[in-house]
Amino acid sequence: MIEIHNIHKSFGGKKVLDGVSGVFETGKTNLLLGASGTGKSVLLKCIVGLIKPDIGSVTFDGTYYTNNKLDIRQEIRRKIGMLFQGSALFDSMNVEENVEFPLKMLTNMSKSERMDRVNFCLSRVGLENANHKMPSEISGGMKKRVGIARAIAPNCTYLFCDEPNSGLDPQTAITIDELIKEITEEYNITTIIVTHDMNSVIEIGDKIMFLYKGKKLWEGNNVEIMDTDIKELNDFIFANRLMRDAKKVEDERAEEEDRVEEERKGETR
Amino acid sequence: MLANFGKYLLFIQSLLARGEAPKIIFNRTIDEAILIGINSILIVAIVSTFIGAVTCVQISYNLTNALIPRSTIGFMVREMTLLELAPTITSIVLAGKVGSNIAGGLGTMKITEQVDALEVMGINSASYLVLPKIMAAVMVFPMLVILAMFLSIGGGFVAGALSGEITPQEYISGIRGDFVPYNILFALIKSVVFAFLISSISSYQGYKTDGGALEVGEASTKAVTNSVIAVLVADFVLAQLLL
Repeated sequence: MIEIHNIHKSFGGKKVLDGVSGVFETGKTNLLLGASGTGKSVLLKCIVGLIKPDIGSVTFDGTYYTNNKLDIRQEIRRKIGMLFQGSALFDSMNVEENVEFPLKMLTNMSKSERMDRVNFCLSRVGLENANHKMPSEISGGMKKRVGIARAIAPNCTYLFCDEPNSGLDPQTAITIDELIKEITEEYNITTIIVTHDMNSVIEIGDKIMFLYKGKKLWEGNNVEIMDTDIKELNDFIFANRLMRDAKKVEDERAEEEDRVEEERKGETR
Repeated sequence: MLANFGKYLLFIQSLLARGEAPKIIFNRTIDEAILIGINSILIVAIVSTFIGAVTCVQISYNLTNALIPRSTIGFMVREMTLLELAPTITSIVLAGKVGSNIAGGLGTMKITEQVDALEVMGINSASYLVLPKIMAAVMVFPMLVILAMFLSIGGGFVAGALSGEITPQEYISGIRGDFVPYNILFALIKSVVFAFLISSISSYQGYKTDGGALEVGEASTKAVTNSVIAVLVADFVLAQLLL
């Protein structure tokens, strides 16, 4: 369980987080939801420790983290797995080496033990035959899978995902969402996901925290979110639906145009 | 500028604050040394050979007094090579090649969150990524400078002989005369200092990159210009202190 208390963060006088508190439960996919620029990623980085909050504290399973001694922070960090927005795979290493890297750095496993674990993690995310591919040779969805495999390789207790669906087609996005949810439940870890995608909310939102202008405006699950009477949240949901519908119409139109074109070509022949 | 210098010093301090295991740093240092060394041999060889050749021809052109023996040309090529051309010119060339490479590589890692990925794993990214680069540069630069010394003096020999300005016997006599072994030590000390400056300044510029591709390009440019300035200032200071 991760607890955050009264997190404040400003950049150059601009307040990005304004007293955000909350609890992220173990074995559940906790979502940080909000429009772009509401401070979701900053909050995630404050929790992970990549950014130091101006005020406030973060606790991992009862252990104070934010300003604790370096060795205690290091100890907690070694239990953290993170999937970055752009996957952040190491360019100079192939898929196998990327997944092996945290095991090499953080554990005393032998080479054969490491390779067993790497192969297990890669098969867990559905990438059995990609060991020797370089990051530049694989698709965005595959990169996300490798990122997840790398995050879970050292048996992480806490999994953080920064917009895991960004840049993916809807089908792959759902697959990645489901994979994260399965892994969370299977290993009983605490997962926090930053997203602005309502599909993710409906699919995997065990617990959702809605941020608006740096403040927590609402908290609940994927059923309760549909009955909320908070105007900002409803606007956000409506905008998402509108986007989705617009995209659907656009896709249907494109399909229709393709069909007409095919027919025309057939007649010409 | 002063604030930037302070940040640079803090960055250097952070490399040693919580270092990674010596074995990991050692392995990475060897990898980096191979990269810096092997990839730089050709450019160092070309530049130093031609600089030696040009130095020989130009000294010969200026040395018109019949009372000065022709072997002086060999002597002057050797002295100029050992004291200045081999360590400084090689370092300036490497500032362009190695410096921009370090800054560009680290800058790209920074903007694609690869540095953050290391930090999240509890790894001191500065120590893991930068320390081996600095150690490798400090290890490899003196070797490249020694190579440059041989090739530069050799370039002078070939140019002198081919142009007929000086006979091979005169040239060899010149480069053997009044030899001061300390000059080689001085050149090697300079190369170590320059290696540290170039690799650390370039790493600092790359490591503090924020933004996108444009900023990575800016970081590479700043790495080269700042390194070259630092090398020239250090060259003067070392000459004052050690000669």
